[in-house]
Amino acid sequence: MTVAEAPVDREVDALEATPEFEAAAERQESRRGFLMALPAYAYLVLFFAVPLVIVVVYSFATRNRFGGTDLSGWNLDSYAKLGEPIVRDILFRSVWLALITTVICLVIAYPFAYFLATRSPAIRNVMLVFVMIPFWTNFLVRNYAWRVILGNDGPLTRTTEAIGLGEQELLFSQTAVVLGLVYGFLPFMILPLYAAIERIDHGLLEASRDLYANGYQSFRRVLLPLSMPGVIAGSILVFVPSLGAYVTPEILGGAKTTLLGSYIVTQFLTARNWPLGASLSFVLMAIMLVTTIIYFRKGGRTL
Amino acid sequence: MSSAVAPRGWTKFGLHLNGWLVYLFFYAPIILLVVFSFSASRNVGTWGGWTFEWYGEFADSQNARNALSASLKIAIVSTAVSVVLGTMAALSLERFTFRGKQVFDGLLYLPIIIPDVTMAVMMLLFFAEFFDVLDFLFGIETRKGFNSIVASHIAFSISFVSVVVRARLAGMDTKLEEAALDLYATRWKAFRYVTFPQIMPGIAGGALLAMTLSLDDVVITQFVAGPGWTTLPVYVFGLIRRGVTPLINAISVVMLVGSMTLVVLSIVVERARGGSRSE
Amino acid sequence: MKKTQWFRLVVGILAAATFVAACGDSSSSSSGEVASCAVGETDGDLAMFNWAEYIDEEQLQEFADEFGISYTLDSYDSNEAMQPIVSAGNSGYDVIIPSDYMVGILIAAGSIQPLNFDAIPNASNLSADFQGLYYDPDGTHSLPYQWGTTGIAVNTAVVGTDFPRSWGLIFDPAISGAFDGQIQLLNDPRETMGAALHYLGYSNNTTSIDELNEAKDLVRATAGRLAAFNTDSADEFLTSGETVIAHGYSGDMFVQFLETDNPSDYVYFVPEEGGTRWIDNFSIAFDAPHPCTAHTFINWMFGGDQGAALTNWNYYNTPNDAAVPGLDEDLLDFVNDPSVLAGGVDSLESLEDTGDFETNYSDAFVEAKG
Repeated sequence: MTVAEAPVDREVDALEATPEFEAAAERQESRRGFLMALPAYAYLVLFFAVPLVIVVVYSFATRNRFGGTDLSGWNLDSYAKLGEPIVRDILFRSVWLALITTVICLVIAYPFAYFLATRSPAIRNVMLVFVMIPFWTNFLVRNYAWRVILGNDGPLTRTTEAIGLGEQELLFSQTAVVLGLVYGFLPFMILPLYAAIERIDHGLLEASRDLYANGYQSFRRVLLPLSMPGVIAGSILVFVPSLGAYVTPEILGGAKTTLLGSYIVTQFLTARNWPLGASLSFVLMAIMLVTTIIYFRKGGRTL
Repeated sequence: MSSAVAPRGWTKFGLHLNGWLVYLFFYAPIILLVVFSFSASRNVGTWGGWTFEWYGEFADSQNARNALSASLKIAIVSTAVSVVLGTMAALSLERFTFRGKQVFDGLLYLPIIIPDVTMAVMMLLFFAEFFDVLDFLFGIETRKGFNSIVASHIAFSISFVSVVVRARLAGMDTKLEEAALDLYATRWKAFRYVTFPQIMPGIAGGALLAMTLSLDDVVITQFVAGPGWTTLPVYVFGLIRRGVTPLINAISVVMLVGSMTLVVLSIVVERARGGSRSE
Repeated sequence: MKKTQWFRLVVGILAAATFVAACGDSSSSSSGEVASCAVGETDGDLAMFNWAEYIDEEQLQEFADEFGISYTLDSYDSNEAMQPIVSAGNSGYDVIIPSDYMVGILIAAGSIQPLNFDAIPNASNLSADFQGLYYDPDGTHSLPYQWGTTGIAVNTAVVGTDFPRSWGLIFDPAISGAFDGQIQLLNDPRETMGAALHYLGYSNNTTSIDELNEAKDLVRATAGRLAAFNTDSADEFLTSGETVIAHGYSGDMFVQFLETDNPSDYVYFVPEEGGTRWIDNFSIAFDAPHPCTAHTFINWMFGGDQGAALTNWNYYNTPNDAAVPGLDEDLLDFVNDPSVLAGGVDSLESLEDTGDFETNYSDAFVEAKG
């Protein structure tokens, strides 16, 4: 250990800023970073990557007569299936639905997150927790509760009739599905947005006001760009799971349209065609990964 | 926020209205849940008169109580571990560069984008072998159950926690940290007194998310559970299959009250300790 | 730099490959030998894996008390969710309750063990109608548990009583056009395509792609007239008013009728073109940790009293002759009513696994939904 790597923990300032010292300091930093990442990294390699590889292997296998998986004889059959129109339709529908859900979530969540972030510190923590509490009831139960609310003779339609908006038979429609998805994923949008907005220095907004910007300009030029990491994180946390959603379309949509999530579940749990279920999953994940990378690059972050 | 820049007039009204409408939206099904948990009719949606019978049924049901305690144990352990691992992961990605960082970053996103059922299937296959290997290599004998469920929950929660914490870290001003280091603080002290308080909201958000994910998970848990380790959502799922009755409402309300109590308690404890350290 | 990463990658893949290779070996291979158990012998606690709400916990507790052990009861919601768990091995379960077609699959996969009937003397109570079943011809690996039918349930207060007891009630707009948006079909490919196939005069186990496509077109034409495709809540939708014509299971429907204030408003029947008869069965997992307890349990459940208690609790149908005298009046009325089976007993068909053709059913169903 050289004098320069003596116990004082300093990044930059040194007795002598030699190239060797800098390189050593960088290595030390790099090692620290690696060590910091190691627990999660190792955990995920063992408990995620390894199981994943198993299923990747399955995607190249064949479905045997009894719906089990025959690992001998690898082939690309299950991937070939992906080109068929049935899969294209499902994919298109699912992407569309997920997009709508994400946009609606963003539009609702942004003002809400801003509202939350601009309350006093004591209150906003409490308010944030009150946002999460409904989501500590079971996900399924919440969906079933909405089924009751939106039902034929349910609270919603009775309310709208009472206030003169007429009968609303929303249950089992596309609208009901979107409503259910937005409901389920809104917190995923609110949390990152809140975290990002909350740490913005509001002095910057003040400054923009001082410089005669109006509210909208301040939002567009100052607030929005600074909160972009939250927007991106939230959008991903909503779009991606929406794509794979299957419970809500079934309970609130009456299972009348098949979306990607349902189709994958069907392969594993009904048709017992695991190779196809696996290949569908990976194609889905690949699309998601690519989309995420593109989105991140546009947002200027690394991935 | 200074009054010079606080939204005024219509914007302010709009913000407040949006805020309260969102809360109404969030709580509409909850209100329904609570109200109908006291309904004597088996049919949720038709009011049947006041009764406590569903709560009684829940209290009597050994299965339901076991499921509840199983869920809580699993959620607490998996949240604790994934918050620690997820925060460390977030820090390493935002503050350092190291070999394999890109791979790690990618790996971290996979649990978010993988469909539930695919993960369920792969964890099933994995654990079928893993425990044998564990026994063979280390002589550790364990079955599917608590261990496999917790391990799986941690596997998917780490990523969610890290995403939330990273959103907080990203663009966070590093000057304060650098200043602390310049002032001869050790790495650990700089983290503890400067970085950590600033990312607290992110960590808290991540913890809430991890807890929710664990308490809600059905498919993955179903596939990696073992005898006697049916969790509450799996149990409720099974009940629903047989018919949605107010029993399910009663169970949900109990969980709700439980979590609210926990939260209120933690706020009280926090206040007693002198309030939060964050900005 | 790259070395450590590649190293990790290689190790990971090797490890995974080991798992996969091992996969082929240790999972599912029943040795084909029966467990040697005496009548009433127990070798530990009972771990049961059953459908939700299919057995009364109090009955399980009775068993546990009588034999001085304890029990665990876990549930699954479909055969296809249960099977991988059992087949993968180390599930920890003793007794499982697979449906007819699933028993055949489990036997072929070696996931259930042959039963030692010396330890199950009460099996002699099994009704003759339930012997020599197609999925387990020699009855070596299973013993029927409960059975039922799938048909149509109708709210006669709205629909009236003057309708044909046919699948046309669902599929034919000329008959039920007035109730569009209030009709429901099961969200199950085999059952729903099967209903369409029966209506068209075909078998619900057809392996003809043409017949299946006809059924698919029929279901597609009907999809727009439905409230929903739903399995879990088919009975509830009917009694809550969301639907007036429902496709569903006998026991579910019957229990639901009795829950209402006016059970006589509802009627359940199996259409004349034919419907499904399904049978759930006792089986023992190939690596059951307590096989003797499992045998003792099955034997105990097959006694007359226990059989009646079971059926009186879940209101399906029993294959146990000795249980029949103990059944509730209501249940007997419902079950013995001749109008329930509009086409007679012979019109009933069981669902069989169609092997490689099976994926066509689920795909046809997906395409029919649109």
